[in-house]
Amino acid sequence: MKMTKSPWVLHYDGSSCNGCDIEVLASTTPRYDLERFGIINTGDPKHADVFLITGGINFQNRMVVQQLYSQMPDPKVVVAVGICACDGGVFKDCYNILGGVDKVIPVDIYVPGCAARPESIIEGVVKALDILKKKRDRMKQGLPPEEKGWAIANIRDGKALAAQEARINAQLKMEDEAREARYRAHEEAHKE
Amino acid sequence: MADNSLKKISIVPFGPQHPVLPEPIHLDLVLQDEKVVDALPSIGFVHRGLEKLVEKRDFKEFVLVAERTCGICSFGHSLGYVEAIEKIMDIETTPRTKYLRTMWAELARMHNHLMWLGLLADAFGFESLFMESWRLREKVLDLLELTTGGRVIFSVNKVGGLRRDVTHEMLQTILQTLDDLEKECRVATDTFLGDKDVLSRMVGVGKLSPERAEELGCCGPFLRASGVRRDVRMLGYEAYGDLDMEPVTSLEGDCYARCKVRIEELYQSMDLIRQVIAKMPGGPIEVPVKGNPDGEYMARIEQPRGEALYYVKANGTKNLVRYRNRTPTFSNLPGLIETIRGAELADVAMMILTIDPCISCTER
Repeated sequence: MKMTKSPWVLHYDGSSCNGCDIEVLASTTPRYDLERFGIINTGDPKHADVFLITGGINFQNRMVVQQLYSQMPDPKVVVAVGICACDGGVFKDCYNILGGVDKVIPVDIYVPGCAARPESIIEGVVKALDILKKKRDRMKQGLPPEEKGWAIANIRDGKALAAQEARINAQLKMEDEAREARYRAHEEAHKE
Repeated sequence: MADNSLKKISIVPFGPQHPVLPEPIHLDLVLQDEKVVDALPSIGFVHRGLEKLVEKRDFKEFVLVAERTCGICSFGHSLGYVEAIEKIMDIETTPRTKYLRTMWAELARMHNHLMWLGLLADAFGFESLFMESWRLREKVLDLLELTTGGRVIFSVNKVGGLRRDVTHEMLQTILQTLDDLEKECRVATDTFLGDKDVLSRMVGVGKLSPERAEELGCCGPFLRASGVRRDVRMLGYEAYGDLDMEPVTSLEGDCYARCKVRIEELYQSMDLIRQVIAKMPGGPIEVPVKGNPDGEYMARIEQPRGEALYYVKANGTKNLVRYRNRTPTFSNLPGLIETIRGAELADVAMMILTIDPCISCTER
C-alpha cells in the first residue's frame, strides 16, 4: 500500500521542447510541492514506480526510452506528459518524429497540454496511482501486471512503423556488410 | 607511457539519462583516475527537424513552431523569427509592440536565470537553495501568465505585432511584484555569492581565458564571465536602443564568475523592466501585414543564454524556403569541452550546468 501513497518518479525528456520538463520540475518545487507526499523525482530507473515522459519519440531516443522502461521494476506506470508525448503535437509532421510515446512503450495516462501545467501533471500522476494499485493487485494473484501485452502491430499505424523499422534495419545491415567487405579487401591487399 | 603505468584510463558514460540533466545529452568522459582527460559529446536525442517544417507551414503559422524550439527561451525564439520576417517585409511595428516585446524578453530572462540558479544549486547539492530559487521563479511566471496567458509557452508574438495587449493595472502589478521580488532575491543571491560551501565548489573551477573564449566562439553570460564585453542587446533592436544599459562582465572566467554575471543580469533585467514600463508608449499593438515575404535576412538577438541567430529565406510564396537557427548552447559547447578537460569528475555536472545548456534549442 505504501508504494501507491508515495511513489518515486523517473522523468525523462524524450524530444520535448523543455516546456513540459520545467513544468514537471516545477511541480516538485514549493508552489506545488509534490515532495511533501514523499513523491520524489529520482534519477534511477531501478527505484522508480512512475515513468514521466515528455516529448515525442525519434530514432535516436527510442532505444533509450525502451531501455529505461525495461529497467524499471514491475509494477510500473507510464505517464505521457504534454501533447508531444501523447501523439507528436506540433512536431507531428517533422521528419525525425515517429509519434507519441505509445509507439514504443505502453502508456497508461495521457496528460495533454502545450505545455502541460503542473496541476494537470499532478492530476495525471494521481490517476496513474490507481492503475499502479490495480497492477499490483494483479501481480499478487500471480498474473502479469499488464492486461494485454504491448506489441508494435497492435498500435495505430503500427504496421507502417514496423515496415519502417525493417527498412532501416535492412539498410544498416547492408552498410555493415559493405564496410566489412571493404575492410576485408583492404586486409587482403595489404597482406604481403 | 612509463610514468602513467599506475594510472588507469577508463571511460565513464554520462547521460543521456542522468539525475542532474533535465535534458538528454551524452558525454563519454575519458578518465585518468579521477581526472577527466577528454570528453566526447554525442547529440541527437532531441532532434526533431523543425526547421524543415517551414515547407509545410504558413509563414505566419510558423511563429508557433519557432517558439516551441525551446520551452525556456520560447519568447526569444518567436521574437527572433518575427523580427527576421518583419525586416524582409519592411514592416515597421508600433512603438508599443517594441516596448512590450522588450518587457517580455526581460521577464523571460529573469525566469531563465532564476531557474538556472536553482539548477546550479541542485548540481552542487544545495537542495533548499534550489527550492528557494524556484519559488522565486514562480512569481515571475505569475507575471508572465498575467500578461500573456501562458506559463512557459506564450504564443504572444505574431508577424506585425502582438496578440495581446497589456492593461495599466497589469503594469502596476509587475512593478509592485518586482519590488518585493528584488528584496527576496537579494537574500537568495547573497547565499550564492557569499556562502562558504558554495564558494568552495565554484571559485577557480572551470577557468576559461578571454582569448580562448573568443577563439572558441562562446557567447552570452559564459563569454561575459570571461571578461569579454559583448551583448547583442547593445545593438538596440526592439526598444533596447532607448534604454540605459551596460553589459555585465566579470574577469575571473570560472564557475563563480558565471554565477555572478547571471545574478547581476537578473537585477539588470529588473532595472530594464522598470525603465520600459516608465517609458511605455500608448497606441495600437499591431500593423496590417499584406502579401508574402520575398528575400532573406539574418536576425540577431540576445537570448538569456547568449546570442542567437535566425536566418530566414523566402521566395514570395506563403511557405518559406529556409529557416535556420543558431542557438547559444551550440556555440558554447566547444568552450564547455575545453573547460571539462583536466577537471575532476565530481565537478563535471556543475560545469555542464554553468554554460546553461539547452539541448532542445541546440538540436531543434
